[in-house]
Amino acid sequence: MRDLLVGLFVLVGLGAVAYLSFRVGGLSYGGPGGLVLYASFDQTGGLKERAPVVIAGVKVGQVSAITLDGNFRARATLDIDRSLRIPTDTTASVVTAGLLGDRYVSLQLGGEEAYLKPGDEITFTESAVILERLIGKLVHGSTDGTGDTKNDKSE
Amino acid sequence: MTGPVRELGWLSLRFVEELGRIGVFTARVTGAVVTPPPRIRPCVDELFKLGVLSLIIICVCGLAVGMVLGLQGYNTLVRFGAEESLGAVVGLSLVRELGPVLTALLATGRAGSATAAEIGTMVATEQLDGLRMMSVDPIHLVVTPKVLAMIGVMPLLSALFIVCGLAGGYVVGVGLMGVDGGNYLTSLENAVEFHDDIVGSGIKAVVFGVLIGLISTYRGYTCAPTSAGVSSATTSTVVVASVSILIVDYLITALWGV
Repeated sequence: MRDLLVGLFVLVGLGAVAYLSFRVGGLSYGGPGGLVLYASFDQTGGLKERAPVVIAGVKVGQVSAITLDGNFRARATLDIDRSLRIPTDTTASVVTAGLLGDRYVSLQLGGEEAYLKPGDEITFTESAVILERLIGKLVHGSTDGTGDTKNDKSE
Repeated sequence: MTGPVRELGWLSLRFVEELGRIGVFTARVTGAVVTPPPRIRPCVDELFKLGVLSLIIICVCGLAVGMVLGLQGYNTLVRFGAEESLGAVVGLSLVRELGPVLTALLATGRAGSATAAEIGTMVATEQLDGLRMMSVDPIHLVVTPKVLAMIGVMPLLSALFIVCGLAGGYVVGVGLMGVDGGNYLTSLENAVEFHDDIVGSGIKAVVFGVLIGLISTYRGYTCAPTSAGVSSATTSTVVVASVSILIVDYLITALWGV
């Protein structure tokens, strides 16, 4: 009886640890991965590893690594559900959840008949929008280019 | 004139001497852990006493702490219109600090004091001397299972405390205050990271388990063989363990940022 209770206690405790690790801690992306794609961005705006990759708002994978490539662009490795067929002209963009929320990668699928294979590069990418720069542009009264030089010209 | 200085010197020497004794005791316990035969049966009995019997108090306290966190967090966050971050507030404070620390304090009061009193009574009634007469090492038979069980039980109790706290925060935030349930869980899951938060929380729980186990058994083992000795051993276990838990908690957080 006592052994049974101890066993139950250990099971419940391990269950709590597992819940915290996998559900709350997000130790691993729950769905299947396996389709590894690469995407280079000029600006990730603080995209983090294990950030979700979504298509139409549905999570289909996660960012497994972010490194700097030879041209000083950020190269993100995306681990995506391998049962999905991603067209070659798909666009990957870094977007923000809400106004100040976390960054994640959103894929807008293209219309090509050819599909990306594991290890392929997503060529069309959209960088993160940095809110501070947008505000800066608004303050300096221009919407393209860097605010300072434009202002100088107009004066 | 030299009286107070002499007193200070005596106190310092006693402090160092005590530290040395605890070090020797720790070394003997560590040695006994790896010495065969392994004491499985006493270990299971200790798991029952320290773990199963602490279950209810841990769950009730976890629930209460989570509920109060939900209430306080909501009242603060709603001023900034950020009440959907309630899950992050409740989750991070529980996982990183309150879970391990409050579990350790509860376990000190619930299990550490009982351990010290039990071993102290064995000393007072010469049961440990009886064991030595039969050439059984009391550290091997009596102390080691208690320390091991405490170390094993702490992470599990802490995890249960945290899960109950999250549930308590959910009940208050979502049920009472009308935060969206999906928002609560999403902000919770986004804020809590496995490598930074969950692992750190587990490390804290294990370290606190080592502290409670060693302090309570040491105090019991070295207590004066009188009823006053047993009572002072129990008291000093609770005081010393609680203080060292809070100090070590600060040190772990400051040094490794968990």
